Amino acid sequence: MKNDIVLSMRGICKAFPGVRALQNVDFTLCKGEIHALMGENGAGKSTLIKVLTGVHPKDSGQISLAGEEVSIKSPSEAQSLGISTVYQEITLCPNLSVAENMFIGRGNYRLVKWRTIEKKTTEILSKLNIPARAAQQLGSCSLAVQQMVAVARAVDMDCKVLILDEPTSSLDEHEVEMLFALMRDLKSRGVGIIFITHFLEQVYEVCDKITVLRNGEFIGEYEIKDLPRIQLISKMMGKELDDISALEKKDTERVKDAEPVVYEAEGLSSSYAPHTFNFEVHKGEVNGFTGLLGSGRSESVRAIFGADKPSTGMIKINGKKVKIAKPRDAMKHGIGYLPEDRKEDGIVADLSVRENIILALQVMQGFFKPFSKAEAEAFADEYIKLLGIKTASTDTPISSLSGGNQQKVILARWLLTNPQYLILDEPTRGIDVGTKVEIQKLVLKLAEEGVSVTFISSEIEEMLRTCSRLIVMRDRKIVGELKGEEMTQAKIMHTIAGEVKSND
Amino acid sequence: MINGIKKIARSQLLVPIIALLALIIFNLFRDINFFTISLITNNEGNQVLSGNIISILTGASELAILAIGMTLVTAAARGQDISVGAAAAIAGSVFVNILRSTQITPGVIIGAFVACCLVAILFGMFNGTLVAIFKIQPMIASLILFTSGRSVAYWINGGASPTVESPLISHLGSFIPGIPIPTPVLVVIVFCIIVALILRFTNLGLYTQSVGINERSARLNGINSVWIKMLTFMFLGVCCAIAGVIAVSRIGLINHETILLDIEMDAILAVAIGGNSLGGGKFSLIGSLMGAYIIQALTITLYAMQVPSTDVKAYKAIVIIAIVVLGSPIVKRYAAQLRDKLAKKPMKVTENY
Ligand SMILES: Nc1ncnc2c1ncn2[C@@H]1O[C@H](COP(=O)(O)OP(=O)(O)OP(=O)(O)O)[C@@H](O)[C@H]1O
Ligand SMILES: [Mg+2]
Repeated sequence: MKNDIVLSMRGICKAFPGVRALQNVDFTLCKGEIHALMGENGAGKSTLIKVLTGVHPKDSGQISLAGEEVSIKSPSEAQSLGISTVYQEITLCPNLSVAENMFIGRGNYRLVKWRTIEKKTTEILSKLNIPARAAQQLGSCSLAVQQMVAVARAVDMDCKVLILDEPTSSLDEHEVEMLFALMRDLKSRGVGIIFITHFLEQVYEVCDKITVLRNGEFIGEYEIKDLPRIQLISKMMGKELDDISALEKKDTERVKDAEPVVYEAEGLSSSYAPHTFNFEVHKGEVNGFTGLLGSGRSESVRAIFGADKPSTGMIKINGKKVKIAKPRDAMKHGIGYLPEDRKEDGIVADLSVRENIILALQVMQGFFKPFSKAEAEAFADEYIKLLGIKTASTDTPISSLSGGNQQKVILARWLLTNPQYLILDEPTRGIDVGTKVEIQKLVLKLAEEGVSVTFISSEIEEMLRTCSRLIVMRDRKIVGELKGEEMTQAKIMHTIAGEVKSND
Repeated sequence: MINGIKKIARSQLLVPIIALLALIIFNLFRDINFFTISLITNNEGNQVLSGNIISILTGASELAILAIGMTLVTAAARGQDISVGAAAAIAGSVFVNILRSTQITPGVIIGAFVACCLVAILFGMFNGTLVAIFKIQPMIASLILFTSGRSVAYWINGGASPTVESPLISHLGSFIPGIPIPTPVLVVIVFCIIVALILRFTNLGLYTQSVGINERSARLNGINSVWIKMLTFMFLGVCCAIAGVIAVSRIGLINHETILLDIEMDAILAVAIGGNSLGGGKFSLIGSLMGAYIIQALTITLYAMQVPSTDVKAYKAIVIIAIVVLGSPIVKRYAAQLRDKLAKKPMKVTENY
């Protein structure tokens, strides 16, 4: 049995200023196994990976590969030892081409033939069904494609250990299936895979073992069959999951057609959402845009907020005609927008958690009215507590927070502006199961208080639980609208696929 | 106290502080009287302060002011303006030529100063437009003015090196009767106070840093990044005007070829020595100020050591490279690891016994 172990980590400790990110953590990975690393936001999963691959030096502990103790000092060293990693935040270069991204920094410094690279890339892309061209600039691809490219880049190398830190957060079902097929293939070839995700179904679908971390501590290692979902959750949270039956909907009650219209768009379009659409939002309503990736749901809400400059359209807020050409205009009319791409559009990396939280409200307040340090501190403290953001202090730069906690900071930023209409594009991306429920509850509570919300999520269940009206999109066009009783998973899938023809 | 020291050890000011201390200690060893300040009577019969410290503080005035402006431009535009020397030459020429056209009174001086500020702001807007609207790299954008600016100054001056002779101007360049502190130093102090107030009572700091760190998310939070970049270039314009006026007043004439020659490089260096990233984002004005004074102190030290003026630049370069390398992320990480190791050593020893 012993020589089946490809990787073992013993007694790993790692502290950052003000945080003990890992305390005495053990981890064992066998040949040909898919091993889930689970834990809440900030539990230390990414940190464990980064210690393993030499991004951060460890404070103490041992790492051995195939029984031999190693000391890995840099990611390139890890790579040459056969550890391939897809980090949580995409670390590719958006202004290089897909092919360049696949092959850059590959360790072997032989001269590379450009033609070969493009050909090889095209091969890999088609094998994995990634909808991108080798010569295309990576930045012009959707987040999902970028994530797939990052995975493709890692698995293309002959590796013994493959690490995937939340690789599926931007993928839809279909792409996830493709990734899983790939993972199973590698597994049968004897590769050990570490898989981090917050989607429990995915864990139970592909994994063999689970290691659970909580607050930087090792909780245990379990065979997948010995740890049912409920127990896994309570191991991760250290308590039982809140009852989500409270969220079970009473559809008819929640349909808000009778309420006044807060926001109304007629013939809205932008260069990214080329087909004009009409859209209205009622007071206290939670609606959602759904559709496959690339169906244009994000682009539509970006046009609403003015994130992409609208090319046509008439907007009315509370019945009054207004002009929304840029985000600032939308903010003035009480619209908030949490963007899909946290790293590029959301966080301001080197600034502190406090500055990141107050940013939008501060801008609305005006250039000449900065908040005093005490005011800003009070705002930040309030929302850190409300959303349970794990941070050493309000002065910590946001980039040193865990992925899920960064997301919460951006959410806090928009909640703080007290909007009358809040657009949330994938607000629960990278957020752990417990907090996901909290956020859904929060959305419903906001709606009860009269705030209108537009909610986008790749998880249909989540949308069904929170929304009372769904706009269905396909090929950048609105193809249907479902309300109340009509909102079932089957019906949504049908509308997306275009199998249900309208009655004309 | 210990916490305070720890904070400094981790801050970006560590390297400039060390550099400054090293310069001071080095000079004390060389000449114990190096930092002596004395009160002397100058040739106009005023009691004034004199000594190496005073020459450093005075000599660095233009550089200090330009370094502050350069820091803001760097933060927001993620690049540097290399036309500040040329812009200061133009501003100085405007200043001199307005003064030459009339009787010089305090009012006229203020008017001339305002006029040259406006001209410099205009040039700042020119650079700002290229950078913020046309998205041209700041260095490339300012290359235009860098190469042509001194010719513009030449046209304004009609080819000559016009002089202004007025006691008021020499007060501006050296001492105001009755005040022993050099006027350029006073100007820097007032300027710094104004900048501190601006940063305290506006969101300039937050906005420039946000734009420099992540322009896309700054925009999605309602910040007009074009305007913010433009603003920093206009502000740097004002800095150029002030620097130009100080430089002109010191000698009472403008020579478009030599005035503030190569100062853009020193200003950029001051920003870098202060621990600021030349790639924009977070900044520390105090760091840049320290950088400016370090550069000047170095120059004065080298002169005091009788290094021929032709060699000074080479020596300066060596020291500056050392400082910049010390402040580089690689060295910093290495130092942090070393510190951790040293901090842990004693614990391990006790474990073994
Ligand atoms: N570079 C850093 N500097 C300071 N603190 C850090 C740094 N990186 C991580 N941390 C802290 O370490 C803790 C663990 O973070 P980590 O990123 O490992 O969490 P995670 O389990 O991956 O969470 P998530 O599910 O949100 O991605 C967090 O509290 C985080 O704030
Ligand atoms: Mg993580």
